[in-house]
Amino acid sequence: MKLFEYEAKTVLARYGIPTPEGGLAASKSEAHDTAAKLKPPLVVKAQVLVAGRGKAGGILFADSALEAENAAEKLLGMQIKGIPVKSVWIEQRINVKKELYFGVTTDRFAQKYVAAASASGGMEIEEAASKTPEKVIKTFIDPCQGLWVFHARQIARKLGYGGNQISDLARILKSLYDAGMDCDAELIEMNPLAETEDGKFVAADARIIVDDNALFRHREYKERLMEGESELSPQELEATKNDLAYVRLDGNIGVIGNGAGLVMATLDTIQYYGGQPANFLDVGGGAPSEKTAVALKIVLSDPNVNVLFINILGGITRCDEVARGIIEARQKVGVTKPMVIRLVGTNEEEGKRILTEAEIQVLESMEEAAQHAVEISKHGGG
Amino acid sequence: MGIIVGKDTIAIVHGITGTQGSFHAKLMLEYGTKIVAGMTPGKGGTHVHDVPVYDTIEEAQVKHAANASIIFVPAPFAADSAMEAMENGIKTIVIITEHIPIKDAISLMARAKQVGATIIGPNTPGIITPGECKLGIMPAHIFEQGSVGMVSRSGTLTYEIAAGLSRSQLGQSTCLGMGGDPITGLNFIDALKMFADDSQTKAVALIGEIGGNLEELAAKYVVESNYPKPVVAYIAGRSAPPGKRMGHAGAIVIGKAGTAQSKIEAFREANVQVAERPKDIAELITKRLKA
Repeated sequence: MKLFEYEAKTVLARYGIPTPEGGLAASKSEAHDTAAKLKPPLVVKAQVLVAGRGKAGGILFADSALEAENAAEKLLGMQIKGIPVKSVWIEQRINVKKELYFGVTTDRFAQKYVAAASASGGMEIEEAASKTPEKVIKTFIDPCQGLWVFHARQIARKLGYGGNQISDLARILKSLYDAGMDCDAELIEMNPLAETEDGKFVAADARIIVDDNALFRHREYKERLMEGESELSPQELEATKNDLAYVRLDGNIGVIGNGAGLVMATLDTIQYYGGQPANFLDVGGGAPSEKTAVALKIVLSDPNVNVLFINILGGITRCDEVARGIIEARQKVGVTKPMVIRLVGTNEEEGKRILTEAEIQVLESMEEAAQHAVEISKHGGG
Repeated sequence: MGIIVGKDTIAIVHGITGTQGSFHAKLMLEYGTKIVAGMTPGKGGTHVHDVPVYDTIEEAQVKHAANASIIFVPAPFAADSAMEAMENGIKTIVIITEHIPIKDAISLMARAKQVGATIIGPNTPGIITPGECKLGIMPAHIFEQGSVGMVSRSGTLTYEIAAGLSRSQLGQSTCLGMGGDPITGLNFIDALKMFADDSQTKAVALIGEIGGNLEELAAKYVVESNYPKPVVAYIAGRSAPPGKRMGHAGAIVIGKAGTAQSKIEAFREANVQVAERPKDIAELITKRLKA
């Protein structure tokens, strides 16, 4: 789960990391009150969870409180990549001498947290990292030891700092690591971490992605996620609430399957036969009829879908239960589009009988079923 | 033979009184897996399918000296349960539970290295050596004793491919689900090393998917170790659009690895044939074994 910039900065401030003075506003009048307390020049930033906010015009500069108020009004009426701006963060501009990067994330193969630091942070960090990876200072963190301040001092030295700045910077890096661990961050980063004209360090922007699986330890974020304040589309949110995984794609073949790997392979097989999947939807294990109904509803809410392909491999999941689920769901949701069903595994004969009686064709091979779905989709479906 | 689990495996089921734990304990017992104890705090002294239940692994071990654990405990408590198994000398631990926080998983894997334990999962269907031992939730009837070592990141897709191998009379020596989580105990390279030493295994099937760089590293290992047995692969997610990326730091660490194309290219360079469709795996192996 991605945190908003203002949430991330609040976390950083709690750990004593300097951030620009600022405040949140959800309306023009709130922007007026917030800006009045700050010292211009100011910057007004749209609080959205999509990347590339700056390039999309979501960050405006203001030389006075009045300008900030107007900038806030403009941003609050905007959509950034289709997402309406619900709040803005207004903060004092800082005099940046140099932009650094510092972040902590996980490395799957090393099975450790890794701290990444660079003396050239800012918008171009990704490009810099892929072109000159040697300039990114990576420190793997021993899970039994954690990151200590001496590690952070070593990083500060490698970034080229000396004198009092070493300890200042090291304290900030160590605090960021602590904040990341405490909030179960998959990613926590300051980009840029600005060095100011007077040699101080300030986290000018911050990003935190909290591990979704750890939300049970972070109730405040979980509540916000469920209230819909998230980067998810309405369908994705509906899916999340029902413990389904849904990703919308561009094609016309609606896909439902059990197991992420199998659903991915189903999409690949559709493409192999020249078709275009409309979505990825994993119903997971068990798949009782209510879940199947929600899955059908979500997939059919995409107007591009002209055929449905359901691919179930009943392992522990019983095919007869799935078959009943499909029929119940079809009635509940009112499915009129053609359906191609592939159903094999435990109690497969019974499952087939139930579906065949309801005049739904059942195929045995995934490849054959995919091919069939592709043909229907090309003839405009139903 | 096969790897990790076999006739000598003696297991404890963590969370045996829960719906999942109890259901699968029954199926594993029916398959012939030696399940000697169950564990659920607060339910000590009871029995599930005639298996005695204990409050702690410490107590269970006094009587049973098990060498394996299978965990069905909910995510917030699963890492704790695995730690308990390791603390009590258990060296093979299968974690079925999904959604374990990454921070917990990292601590767990570090501890496993310290004590020399093998962790399978989290978020795995488990492991099966057909005809000997099933420590997992996979449907047993799909598997046949045979010659292909399977290692996979997914569940139902593994069954799909395993069923194909059984239909083609190839069967499986051991089928190992690594688990679908970002941090798992065993990886492809660990499995490749074990399959190399297993006399029953004649060929290896790697079932990978997009994300991470484990497949690329496995391909590199196949080349560098001059791997002694034929290896074939399937990668799920060719059609997945790029996006939903994890942010700068992720990109910095992994670079361009992670896409299906990157993985397929890495395998091709390593002379690992990549199947275009799941059903092609069996055919590719048959050809390689005849060659």
